[in-house]
Amino acid sequence: MLELIFFNVTNGLIVGAFYALMAIGLSLILNLSGVINFAHGGFLVIGGYLAYVLTPYIGFWGALIVSPLLTAMIGIAVEWLLIRRLYGRDPLYGLLLTFGLAFIIEDGTRQIWGANGLPVSVPAALMSSLSSRFFFITGYRMFMVATVAIVVALLFVLLRYTRVGVRIRAGTLDLETVAALGVNVRALRSFNFAVGIFLAGLAGVLAGGQLGLEPTMGDGLLMPSFIAIIVGGVGSLTGTLVGGLLIGVAAGLTAVVFPSASDAVMYVIMAIVLLVRPRGLFGEEGMLA
Amino acid sequence: MIEKLAGFTLDRRTFVKAGGIAALSQVAAPFIITARGETAFKIGVDEPLTGTYAAPGKNEVLGCQIAVDELNAKNGILGRKIEMLTEDSTSGDAGTAVQKARKLIERDNVNLLVGNVNSALSQAMAQVSNEKGVMHIVPGGHTDPITGTDCKWNVFRVCNTTRMEANAVCSLLFKTYGKKWHFITPDYAFGHTLFQGCEADLKKLGGTVTGNELTPLGTTDFSAYLIKARAANPDVLVVLVQGNDMVNCLKQISQFGIDKQIHVAGTQQELEAVEAMPPQARVGVWMFEWYWKQAPGTPGLDAFIATVRKRTGGKVPTARHWFGYVTVHSYALACEKAKSTEGKTVAKALGGLELPPEVKLQPNKVYFREGDHQLMLSAFVGELLQKGDGDPENLFKVNSIVSGDSIAPTVEETGCKMQMPS
Amino acid sequence: MTADQRKHLAVLAAIWAALLFAPYWMPLFGGYTALGSRVLVLGLGAMSLNFLLGFTGVLSFGHAAWFGLGAYACGLALKHIALSTPLGLLAGTLVGGVAGALLGTLLVRRRGIYFAMVTIAFGQVFYYIAFQWLSLTGGDDGLRGFARQPLHFGLFQIDLLHNDIYFYYFVLFCFAIAVGLMAFILRSPFGRTMIAIRENERRARFLGIPVELHIWIAFALSCFFMAFAGSLYALLNNFADPRMLHYSLSGDFVIMAVMGGMRTFWGPLLGAIVFVVLQDYISSVTVNWMSFIGLLIVLVVLFFPRGFLGMLRPRRAA
Repeated sequence: MLELIFFNVTNGLIVGAFYALMAIGLSLILNLSGVINFAHGGFLVIGGYLAYVLTPYIGFWGALIVSPLLTAMIGIAVEWLLIRRLYGRDPLYGLLLTFGLAFIIEDGTRQIWGANGLPVSVPAALMSSLSSRFFFITGYRMFMVATVAIVVALLFVLLRYTRVGVRIRAGTLDLETVAALGVNVRALRSFNFAVGIFLAGLAGVLAGGQLGLEPTMGDGLLMPSFIAIIVGGVGSLTGTLVGGLLIGVAAGLTAVVFPSASDAVMYVIMAIVLLVRPRGLFGEEGMLA
Repeated sequence: MIEKLAGFTLDRRTFVKAGGIAALSQVAAPFIITARGETAFKIGVDEPLTGTYAAPGKNEVLGCQIAVDELNAKNGILGRKIEMLTEDSTSGDAGTAVQKARKLIERDNVNLLVGNVNSALSQAMAQVSNEKGVMHIVPGGHTDPITGTDCKWNVFRVCNTTRMEANAVCSLLFKTYGKKWHFITPDYAFGHTLFQGCEADLKKLGGTVTGNELTPLGTTDFSAYLIKARAANPDVLVVLVQGNDMVNCLKQISQFGIDKQIHVAGTQQELEAVEAMPPQARVGVWMFEWYWKQAPGTPGLDAFIATVRKRTGGKVPTARHWFGYVTVHSYALACEKAKSTEGKTVAKALGGLELPPEVKLQPNKVYFREGDHQLMLSAFVGELLQKGDGDPENLFKVNSIVSGDSIAPTVEETGCKMQMPS
Repeated sequence: MTADQRKHLAVLAAIWAALLFAPYWMPLFGGYTALGSRVLVLGLGAMSLNFLLGFTGVLSFGHAAWFGLGAYACGLALKHIALSTPLGLLAGTLVGGVAGALLGTLLVRRRGIYFAMVTIAFGQVFYYIAFQWLSLTGGDDGLRGFARQPLHFGLFQIDLLHNDIYFYYFVLFCFAIAVGLMAFILRSPFGRTMIAIRENERRARFLGIPVELHIWIAFALSCFFMAFAGSLYALLNNFADPRMLHYSLSGDFVIMAVMGGMRTFWGPLLGAIVFVVLQDYISSVTVNWMSFIGLLIVLVVLFFPRGFLGMLRPRRAA
């Protein structure tokens, strides 16, 4: 029993790391631009499909880098054309616009690549398990965790030590002053959005190797991301990271005793957090009321 | 100054208003439909074309379309041409499916309603078709009550019931692999009845259930459940999840190497799902409801495969294509037999109807059972192949084709008490 | 009467005339009576949401929960308690409304995105319960086995089940009651206070208005209306399923409200008409209807954020 719990906690951390990757991208966009990106799952799907298209030409590792970049470029185009006009407006509009965008992306991917799932193969080097006992820790999942860890670390370095990173962080607290100080806020927002979408695209590539690649695969990953943000605290990336891991572990533990509830447990956690400590675990009071 | 501003504003407003009315009238115009030909036979197809079930849904629709075209080439039904109307029921919104069914019945006056893939939507539509007294054939919805406790005089079903699926594989699995089984079951009505069927069969044979993991629909990560399954050390891991869940589960099973330690098997498997899996994931013993690669000499089979290949750009037919094909042809045959298009007469003719060789496309007797309106179709039991055998799409090795009436529960057992209309 | 009042009455008369004669002019345009009933029910849902969203300024993105609860309660009442349509409606409205009122007490301190997220969370919990509690709700297969019952008036009865046109008028009658009640509330001092809170919450608070209490009452009322609409929906379909509780349906209601004009009274009905009819029509014509609907939403948000009716109203001096 103890071993079962230990396995599930470890497994939960692996799953949680993936949720965290999605959620951090979403959080970045939410913090600076005030837009709830309902289309985040759609960008994940785009990332996955682009990787599928690119892999025969540049291999899995090439696709891992290039696909998120391409997705980020699409993200910039979307931001420039559509999302930019919504800044400063009621968050309802951002939600609705991205809601509509999600429809378009799902239909578009279905139109281009068909409704049926596509098989994505993962390089053989990553296929084997760590050991017979720890069979669920496959090379691929370790690679996924490693990727998430590296990317998150790079992100924190970016935000803490580079000029643009500091500006982004300042912008989440007080965008008006940052603009008044002469920073090109438009470019900053675009860049921020691109980074968020890059993370979504990367999540898509990783997901493709683990799950079946099909047009609706982003839907199931969107809600956990929202919840990770709420639980961790809006405005805090560390919080989002912790939130994602927490949800993953909670779902894993619940699967041991009460499997049918493993889906619902994250909503329960969110409801509790919202009622008891509405700012979230690491959030600041007053962020987005 | 303010008037000028107001004048300008009013002008723009009027322009926008006018533009709005012009746009609306553009949308309204197509509604004014020209009078439809009175004599055409109408078949209304209400299937999922978007969402999770889009792939099987589209294939069923294509199967219907192929049958309609074949019939029209031979002068239609009772000398009247057939017109096929297709609507998107969506994959999960019963409200829309019901609304489309009403539209097809009320506005378009269809003679036959076809649908759905989703069991819940099929049942919702069956209520409407029964209310209106229109013939209704369910091609791909598997839940047992459709031809069981909820059977209706105007509703017929082509695909298997969950009970039939369980009965098809269980004794084979027990004999070949062992008596301790662990289940991964999708947590909704279809999954539950499928599990109940398997559990009952297993108990009858003298086996044990080491555990039943109920997985929420849309689960992408099965690792927690696989950990538990592995710990229980069963002889067979029975995977009952379908569609994308099946793809993810098998993918993870092969990634974790579980298939090397435990025999993997299940009941229903579909070519759509298999083609979405990477080769390493194609493991285990399953049943297909119909499979394209059969013994040479099966009448009508090659022609059917050729037609589907032509219309899908080279892909082979799946069970879903066959469901749609059988649906329309069965209805046509019933109408010809009854020499009528009136609902109750056709229903009586369809009950007990046996499919001719070029429609059933398989050995064994295939017919609609009169007591519950369930088609007695065969089960193709076999194993998945990692590499295509002879054809890249031949991914399943059929070991036996079990006849439908040998695996179906009796009419009493299904709980069907058919209420014939007065 | 002033010219304005006359215009107002004329518009109202036109709307009601169109609604009253719908079963007769709709088929000319390829419509059908069941479509009209569906538009009315979903329109009522959108208007109920707008009661909260447009007039109090509170964003609830999980309002379908009350809609679905109403639908299930109505179905269960018809199935297990009594074969009576009015009882089913009453049961549905009460259950959904009371649940909303109770849960509303927990929500009123939050605003904005938090409020939206909590409502989504609660909606999903109900969705999950409906999915899991198989013996009661039928789970994924949905709640079946009930149907609209004829209305008994002693000497005669009206068959709602087999006659679509009778049912349409029944729905219209219910719609009229609900809408009349809504209009009455909005015109009352309470309604005025709601609008004041929407316009400037802080100022309202300074004026001594118990803001939380008002928001809670508005929330509860909108839940009752929503549950009423949900019950009608169950009667329309003779069916209740978990999707009626899902946040995507909530999203649909929000879109209808925004598209038609969030801050107007009749806007959401117009939004519902456009949305439902368009979706019905486009999905028959092309498989890619999702792209069209998505595009429509994007365009509305970018260029017509105040909705169709909102556009027609002159912009008030800020």
